[in-house]
Amino acid sequence: MKRLSKLVREQSKNPNAIAYAAMAVAGLTFPGIAQFATGGNADYLVSLAADAGVFVLLAIGLNVVVGFAGLLDLGYAAFFAIGSYTYGMLASQQLISSPLHTALHVPFWIALVLGMFIAAGAGALLGAPTLRLRGDYLAIVTLGFGEIVPRFFRNMREWTSGVNGISALDVPTLPFWITGPWANTELAIEQNFRFVTFNATAWYVLIVILIVASVIGVNNLHGSRLGRAWMAVREDETAAAAMGVNTVNTKLLAFAIGASFSGFAGAFYGAKLSLVSPESFGFVVSITILSMVVLGGMGNIPGAMVGALLLYAVLYKFLPDAPLQAASLAHSLGLDWLNTVVPDGWPGLGEFVSRLKFIIFGLILVTIMLVRPQGLLPSRLRAQELKRGVHDEPVTTVP
Amino acid sequence: MNTSPQPILSLQGVIKRFGGLTAVDQVSFDVPKGEVFSLIGPNGAGKTTLFNCITGMHVPTAGKVVFEGRDIAGTKPYRTAQLGIARTFQNIRLFEYMSAVDNVKVGEHVRMKAKLWDAMFRTPFARREEKRVTERAMEFLRFVGIERHADKYARNLAYGQQRRLEIARALATEPHLLLLDEPAAGFTPQEKVELMALVNQIISRGITVFLIEHDMKVVMEVSQRIVVLDHGEKIAEGVPTEVRNNPRVIEAYLGKSA
Repeated sequence: MKRLSKLVREQSKNPNAIAYAAMAVAGLTFPGIAQFATGGNADYLVSLAADAGVFVLLAIGLNVVVGFAGLLDLGYAAFFAIGSYTYGMLASQQLISSPLHTALHVPFWIALVLGMFIAAGAGALLGAPTLRLRGDYLAIVTLGFGEIVPRFFRNMREWTSGVNGISALDVPTLPFWITGPWANTELAIEQNFRFVTFNATAWYVLIVILIVASVIGVNNLHGSRLGRAWMAVREDETAAAAMGVNTVNTKLLAFAIGASFSGFAGAFYGAKLSLVSPESFGFVVSITILSMVVLGGMGNIPGAMVGALLLYAVLYKFLPDAPLQAASLAHSLGLDWLNTVVPDGWPGLGEFVSRLKFIIFGLILVTIMLVRPQGLLPSRLRAQELKRGVHDEPVTTVP
Repeated sequence: MNTSPQPILSLQGVIKRFGGLTAVDQVSFDVPKGEVFSLIGPNGAGKTTLFNCITGMHVPTAGKVVFEGRDIAGTKPYRTAQLGIARTFQNIRLFEYMSAVDNVKVGEHVRMKAKLWDAMFRTPFARREEKRVTERAMEFLRFVGIERHADKYARNLAYGQQRRLEIARALATEPHLLLLDEPAAGFTPQEKVELMALVNQIISRGITVFLIEHDMKVVMEVSQRIVVLDHGEKIAEGVPTEVRNNPRVIEAYLGKSA
């Protein structure tokens, strides 16, 4: 107990520890609180939170590539697509209509791991010829890769049904599962449990477990020999090589490991939606994930997670709700004239706000970056430096 | 000649051309084991290019670079570091946004054995190794006298401390041969004295030091043998007193007398 209180006292000023603690508490209590607050109608919210979790996983993975190793990857959604399609093809009736003529039904848990390895392999495959490039040039190649992969899946009609995508994916199963008040039911042990789409809580629990495992793994990597090699390559590739770091292998590993997270995020995403379509993995997705990482605090794991949660909430909850909220706010303030539609003129407040959605989104991004250019939760060392000031800047003017 | 029978490094007719420019032209010399060997010459003489040829950053156009009995010309830089050649840079190249101790730990990278599996699951082996590496890193920082600044970002260290940190980082790779590229540049006389003491301490650890330096006082005092380069060619070689009185060296440095 004493040790615990000491730990709390020590960590109470560490923003990372606070962020982890807050996310852990929120993550554990969210379904229960949401169900209670909405009187048992929170399935939609919990499902949305599970989808947000997918982006948290993606941000954690991209943070390895961009934040740790300093490789600007503009095509990260490609690996997400590869993970999703891996599950889509291996766990549905899809391959019956393919030249293979047999449907594969690989269990979800195995497909999850497979998706991870296949995405990692794709990361290494992309990395091998391109990682000799530096900076902007690498960004351009990854951008191209991000465009090619979804197109590839769309054009491989025989295997992937093209634009229609793959639907009716297998439902993951478990021998048993515990349900309770947090999922709006009695406390009970359910045998032969199936992750059906409308069981939001089950998906939510699954993604939280995946995130926790990922955070532990990435955190270990960050403090390891490999993590230091990543940072060294980011800071100065030539010096890193001179110190005996095999820079090509190090960068390849960053790409592969970063990609592996989007691999299993993709498998989860496909299974939950029970649909995989080439339209879900466009350039916008890559950029959104990158924004999450940058906005949250590049190179810092909880930073990337906070960034992902915040941006996801803005994009998929706040912005879609904004028109209705604005209209009802105007109504309750007695400003109903704002909601009246004038033909060929004022479209009504709701519609007006709806048209401004992406301007609002842009304003939010710009404001955050202006107020906190280092990200919402920058890496610990950098924050310390900012606090301590720059009184000990190096003397750079040397004859 | 007082060279020991088995030189640690031996350059044999090394040529490096960049397009039409010959930066290093037919340079041959032996670096004896366990001594301080210096390379001097006016600006643009090709000293750093020669260093780059030794560490694998440049591939020599022709010639052999024999390190401990094997030709390493054209070997990748990370391999030469593994083989036991470490270097510092003329214009300091630290990992700026990493703490001083982490900089040194990157130097130890090449002697570490933890695999991806160990790193991801923080196995007992990885933990033990990490602990040992941290302790050793602190030792190296103490050795160069900046252990008080272990947790500072490398970029926030003072200039002299940065130079020392670079040496500590290079030593952490456990080299047999340490290449120092103008380590005294921008130093005060006091700092130069300290640097010379540090070089002697490095030698006493059994590491051969190969030095590029402009400051004649430092070079003459600290080194056992000197090679002089001018316009990419070797113009003199010998013990400090010989080199100091060599007319070609005086000419290269001060210009031809009328």
